[in-house]
Amino acid sequence: MSAEAETNDVEPGAAPESMLIISESSENLQNMSSSLDEIKKMQPDNQDENINNVDPDDYDDISCNTIATGDDYIKDNDWLGKSKHIFVLSSAGKPIYSRYGNEDKFASYFGVMQALVSFVQADNDSLKSIHVGNTKFVFLFKEPLILVSISKTGESVSQLTAQLNYVFNEIVSMLTLSRLSQIYQQRRNYDLRRLLAGVERLIDSLLDFSDSEPSFTLGAVKCLPLAASIRDTISSAIVQSCSKIKDLVFAILLANNNLITLVRMKKYYIHPADLHLIFNLVRASESLKSAESWTPLCLPRFDSGGFLYGHVSYLSEDCQACLLLLTVDREAFFTLSEAKQKIVEKLRRANCLEGINESLNVREETCAETGFPELRHYLYKCKSTAQFYQPGVGAPYMSDYGRLLTLYRRAHQRLHSTSRPLKLLYEKSSDEVLLAWDTKGFELYVVLEPSTDKSATIALIGKLLTWIKKQEDRLFHLNAPTF
Amino acid sequence: MSNIVAKMVVLGDPGVGKTSIVTRYVEKRVHNIPPTVGASFFTTKVNIKGLAVELQVWDTAGQERFKAIVPLFYRNATAAIIVFDITARRSFDNMKSWVSELKRNSENPIILSIVGNKSDLSDKREVTRDEGLVYANSVGASYTECSACNNQGIDQIFSDVARKLIQISGMVPSYSESDNEENGTMFANATDLNATDTAVTETPSWSIGSIAHGQVINKGCC
Repeated sequence: MSAEAETNDVEPGAAPESMLIISESSENLQNMSSSLDEIKKMQPDNQDENINNVDPDDYDDISCNTIATGDDYIKDNDWLGKSKHIFVLSSAGKPIYSRYGNEDKFASYFGVMQALVSFVQADNDSLKSIHVGNTKFVFLFKEPLILVSISKTGESVSQLTAQLNYVFNEIVSMLTLSRLSQIYQQRRNYDLRRLLAGVERLIDSLLDFSDSEPSFTLGAVKCLPLAASIRDTISSAIVQSCSKIKDLVFAILLANNNLITLVRMKKYYIHPADLHLIFNLVRASESLKSAESWTPLCLPRFDSGGFLYGHVSYLSEDCQACLLLLTVDREAFFTLSEAKQKIVEKLRRANCLEGINESLNVREETCAETGFPELRHYLYKCKSTAQFYQPGVGAPYMSDYGRLLTLYRRAHQRLHSTSRPLKLLYEKSSDEVLLAWDTKGFELYVVLEPSTDKSATIALIGKLLTWIKKQEDRLFHLNAPTF
Repeated sequence: MSNIVAKMVVLGDPGVGKTSIVTRYVEKRVHNIPPTVGASFFTTKVNIKGLAVELQVWDTAGQERFKAIVPLFYRNATAAIIVFDITARRSFDNMKSWVSELKRNSENPIILSIVGNKSDLSDKREVTRDEGLVYANSVGASYTECSACNNQGIDQIFSDVARKLIQISGMVPSYSESDNEENGTMFANATDLNATDTAVTETPSWSIGSIAHGQVINKGCC
């Protein structure tokens, strides 16, 4: 099987340079933390950024009218029956977010969660998880917040922790980590909900998004399938229209949670986790459709200490792709607005808008339609570019994509388990055959008809990889254009 | 070609209807408005007696976390619409802090228009018209109550701002009687007040002193 892969010079979807940064699972937020300063220092006229300076007097605590009993919810079967609860609280135990229900109504639970975390912490240890039957209680303490997941979904502790990390990053992306820490340094008892008004919606969306999509588990993004020539034309239209704009760090074009292109400042990369937050922002913010918007946005993996400013707009009424131009210059709105007009004109003249629409309107082909009847579905992730591809969902998962995702998550966990990671997993059950394969260049997860035997599976995988290789310039963004 | 181009900012608490008012005027429709992210930019033209005023409108997000970026939008504005919800006392109180922040920080004198939205919900009213009027008067602002939902009083807000812009630009010597005739809503009179609880513009202390500190906006600038 591996021989088959090695006959290809490079794994499908690989490219000499990636637009996405690829780090496996580093939790370290300080990764690129000096990026913003660096970019700004390139400009002589350095404007003082005082957006992060919080005057403590500006914040009054909202009086916390907590009701000490959680009785209402303890008796509420609907609430108890949710398959995954997510809570966020301050390290002082103040409620900040609950996925379901009004967090004020079970403030006492938050007290218990805080007590559990701090009790273990007192011994210089940290509480990771508690397992009760098929329910997992997963804790993540990220100064100054505590995040808790209570899940019956069968996801592993590390997958649930990763999701909590995303929630933390979503909060950071709205406030910056510096401001978050500063607020709690000044007032340990601060009620963060006031500053996060409206962010609950984003967190709700992020949780639904990450529960219903493989991209978060894979740590990769999916591209909108486009002929390479169209994608290149789009990229160069962006490069040409923006080349004279200083301080523009990233230009990102996406549609329907798929990446169309990403142009970046030389030397700077975007992390897939940051890109997921951007996808989520666009997905959750209907208001962006109605007008050009200007918004501060912190990309925690890029620089958790400060904001980028984003010009966000949809290309046009007749092309629902969303363009984000991210800069460090907070005054750049009108420059970027002009650049956007130029980009749209260029794309229109080159018929790229039609190209995008065509791809958006076409349902992705299923495996059977591409000539693999024994194959039901697969995920292919190219590691070096942090991109993945999945075909359209066919029978028998059309009405139950969730079951397929659960299979993939379980397989992903087996390959990435910290104690005993597997390279190759072959699992046969009465429902399906599951094969997961982790190589140096790619990860592949394949679900096949239950009747497929091992040798047939191996032969199929070889054929599939060849097919992906042939299609790679349509399915993946192979160039990494820069300004 | 517009005779006058001016920047305008819309401020106020979350959910008071800032975006509804703007889209009602600019797009002539109101749908279910989701919360604004950061600030949205609109341009619209208001025609007053053959003069075209182009308004570049920054519709800001009301949420606390965006407060830090709001100065970006009002700093160069010539006009500001500050919206509160007549059914929410808190939004009225917070509106006052927007007014004082504007007065404290904007570089140029600014045309202030205070708007009480949701006049269609007057049975749930928490702020009386008199309160609004007295406050607006005290800060040299005009006061309008409107309903973005029923499209009442919206046009007045914009034409009122446009009229004042024309006035300070000097393109029309000053406010005249004929002006009033053309658009009878400039001044409220007693019958207007009695007829309906919505859509009445009242312009207290109408004098050069209260508004005319603005700079002249040259044709085709910005």
